[in-house]
Amino acid sequence: MDITVNILLTIATAATPLLIAAIGELVVERSGVLNLGVEGMMIMGAVAGFGAGYLTGSPWIGLLAAIAMGALFSLLFAVMTLSLATNQVATGLSLTLLGLGLSGMMGTSFVGQPGERLPNLYIPVLTDIPVVGKLLFGQDPIFYISIALTAAVTWFLFRTRTGLTLRSIGDSHTSAHALGIKVIRYRYLAVIFGGACAGLAGGHLSLVYTPQWVENMSAGRGWIALALVVFASWRPWRVLAGAYIFGAVWIGQLHAQAFGIPVPSQMLSSLPYLATVVVLVLISRNKRLTMMNTPASLGQPFVPDR
Amino acid sequence: MMRLELVKRPQRSALFSMLSPFIAFALTIIAGAIMFGLLGVNPLNAFRIYFIEPVSQVWQLHELAIKAAPLILIAVGLSVCYKANIWNIGAEGQFIFGAIFGSIIPVLFPQFDGPLVLPLMLLLGMVGGAAYAAIPALLKTRFSTNEILTSLMLVYVAQLFLDWLVRGPWRDPQGHGFPQTIQFSDAATLPQLMPDAGRANWGFVFALVAAVLVWILMGRMLKGFEVRVLGSSPRAGRFAGFGLNRMVFFAFLLSGALAGLAGISEVSGAIGQLQPVISPGYGFTAIIVAFLGRLNPLGIIAAGLVLALTYLGGEAVQSALGISDKVARVFQGMLLFFVLGCDTLIHYRIRVIGLALTKKEGAGKLEAAPKLKEAR
Repeated sequence: MDITVNILLTIATAATPLLIAAIGELVVERSGVLNLGVEGMMIMGAVAGFGAGYLTGSPWIGLLAAIAMGALFSLLFAVMTLSLATNQVATGLSLTLLGLGLSGMMGTSFVGQPGERLPNLYIPVLTDIPVVGKLLFGQDPIFYISIALTAAVTWFLFRTRTGLTLRSIGDSHTSAHALGIKVIRYRYLAVIFGGACAGLAGGHLSLVYTPQWVENMSAGRGWIALALVVFASWRPWRVLAGAYIFGAVWIGQLHAQAFGIPVPSQMLSSLPYLATVVVLVLISRNKRLTMMNTPASLGQPFVPDR
Repeated sequence: MMRLELVKRPQRSALFSMLSPFIAFALTIIAGAIMFGLLGVNPLNAFRIYFIEPVSQVWQLHELAIKAAPLILIAVGLSVCYKANIWNIGAEGQFIFGAIFGSIIPVLFPQFDGPLVLPLMLLLGMVGGAAYAAIPALLKTRFSTNEILTSLMLVYVAQLFLDWLVRGPWRDPQGHGFPQTIQFSDAATLPQLMPDAGRANWGFVFALVAAVLVWILMGRMLKGFEVRVLGSSPRAGRFAGFGLNRMVFFAFLLSGALAGLAGISEVSGAIGQLQPVISPGYGFTAIIVAFLGRLNPLGIIAAGLVLALTYLGGEAVQSALGISDKVARVFQGMLLFFVLGCDTLIHYRIRVIGLALTKKEGAGKLEAAPKLKEAR
C-alpha cells in the first residue's frame, strides 16, 4: 500500500511541471499565438528559481523569482512576434536556444551546490490519515497550484467574457480587430501568462523535483508540454489527464531502470519522447477533431491596419 | 508608455534585405559588450579574444573550417525546408543517425579496406540521415502530425540510441571500458585538405559544393520554384499542380541527407571514432545559420563561418578569461533574435508612438534607436 502511495506521489511530482507549462501554453495558443520557447522559458525559470533560493535561503523567494523570470523572458518573445510581427516558429525556437545558453551561463557557479526545497504541505490530523492523507494533504505547494490553475483557466476560458474574447481572437484576429478588440494587448497578456507558467514549471524542477541545478535539466519537458496541448485538443482538463499519463510514463521508466529490467536503460529513457510521438500521431490521425479544435489563427502574425 | 506600429511597405525593401544581417550582427556586438561589462570584463579585450585571436593564425582558420563545415551542410538543407514552410528542427538527430549509419563499415567490418570504403561510408551517412528524416515526413504526410514536435522528439531518441551503441554493442573491447568505438582505419578517415597547414578536411569542400548545388537548384530549376511557391502560398501551389506531400518528403529527405553527410564527415574527419556525444549542438545552431544567411545557400556559407567563430570564441574566452563557454550559445541565440527582428524592416516600416511623450520628445527618442526607421 505504501509503495502504491509513493508511486502515485512521484507521478504527481513528475506530472506537475508538465501540467503547469502546458496550461500556460494552452492559454497562449488559445489567443492564436504559438510560442515554441516553452523549453527556454522553463529552463530560465529553473535557474532563476534555484539561484534566488540558494542565495537568499528561501525557496519561496526562489519560486517568485522563477515566475518573474519566465514572464520576463516571454516578454522578449512578445515584443518580437506581436510588435515586430516576426515569424512565431523561428522566434520561439530562438527563445529556446537563447534560454538554454543563458541559463547554462548563469548557472555555472550553482553546479553541485545543495539547493533549497519547498516544504511539503502538512496539516496535522488530515495529512496523517492513512493512504489518502498524504495524497490529498501532503504534497508540495506547487501541486495544489497546478490543480487550481487548471480549474481557474477552465473557468476563465469558458465562463468569463474576457475568456470568450480571448478565444475569439485566437479563432479570427481580423474579425476580433474589426470589433474593436485590442488583439495585440490580449496576446501580450496571454504570452506573459504563458511565460509565468513556464517559469513556475521550471521552478518546480529546481525547487521540488530535484532541488539542485543541472544544466539542461528541463530535458525536453517544455517540448512535451507543447505536445500535450495538441494532445488535449486545447482543453484544460484533458491537459491534466495527458500530463498525468506522461508523468506515469516518466516514473514508470525510472522504476523499470531501478528494478534492473533486462532492457537497455537508454531505451527506457527514450520512452517519454517516443510516447510523445505516438500520442501526437494518434491524435492527429483524426483530422476533423484537430481541425475543429485548433485555434484558426494559430501561428499567424497579425498586423493591425489603420 | 511606448507603442510600435508597423506600416507595410509597398514592396520589400532591397536595401534592408541586404543590410539586415549586418545590422543584426552589430546589435549582437552591442548586446555582447553590455553582457561582458556585466560580467566584469573589459568588452574590447573580450572581443579581441573572442573574435580576432581565434582566427589570427593559419591553423586556426582550419579549425574554423572544421566547425563551419557541418553548420553549412545542415543549414543549406534546412533553408530548403524553411523556404517551403516545412519545419524540420530535428537536424541534430539526423546528424547523429548519419554518423551511425556511416560508421557501420569501419566499426563492424574493420577488415574491409580499399578506396571504396570512404565513398560507401559517406553514402550510408546520407542514407541514414535521410531515413531518420523520413519518419517525421511520413508522419506529417500520412497522419498530418506536426513535424516540429516529432522531429524534435526524435533528437532525444537519437542521442540515447548513440549512447547505447557506444556503451553497448559497438564499444571497443580494447578501449579500457571507455564508451567509444574503435578508432577508424586510414581508409575510413576523411583526408585532410592541407595536412601541413592544419586539420581541415574534405567536409568543408562538401559543404561548399552542397551550397552551390542547392543555390542552383533553388534559383535556376523548376524544383526550386516549386519550393518557393508552396512555401509562400500552398493554395497557389496546388493550382499549379505541385504536390504538398511530395514537397514535404523532398525537403525532409534532402535536409536529412545533408545532415547525415555532415554527421559522418564529422566523425570520420574530425573525431575518428563514435563517442556518446559527437556534436556541440550543430543541428540547432544550423537553424541560426540558415536564418542569418537569409535562407540563401551562398549567404549560408558566410553565416556558417560567423557561427563557427562563435564556437571558437567561446572556447577562447573560457580558457583566457574563465567565462563559461556557454557564452557562445548566448551569442548565437541573440544573433538569431536580432536577425528575425531586423527582417521585419524588410517588409515594414516601424513607427514609434509615444503615448505619454509629446511628439517632439518621441521623435528625439526615435533617432537614438538605431534599428528603428522613422516614417514621418
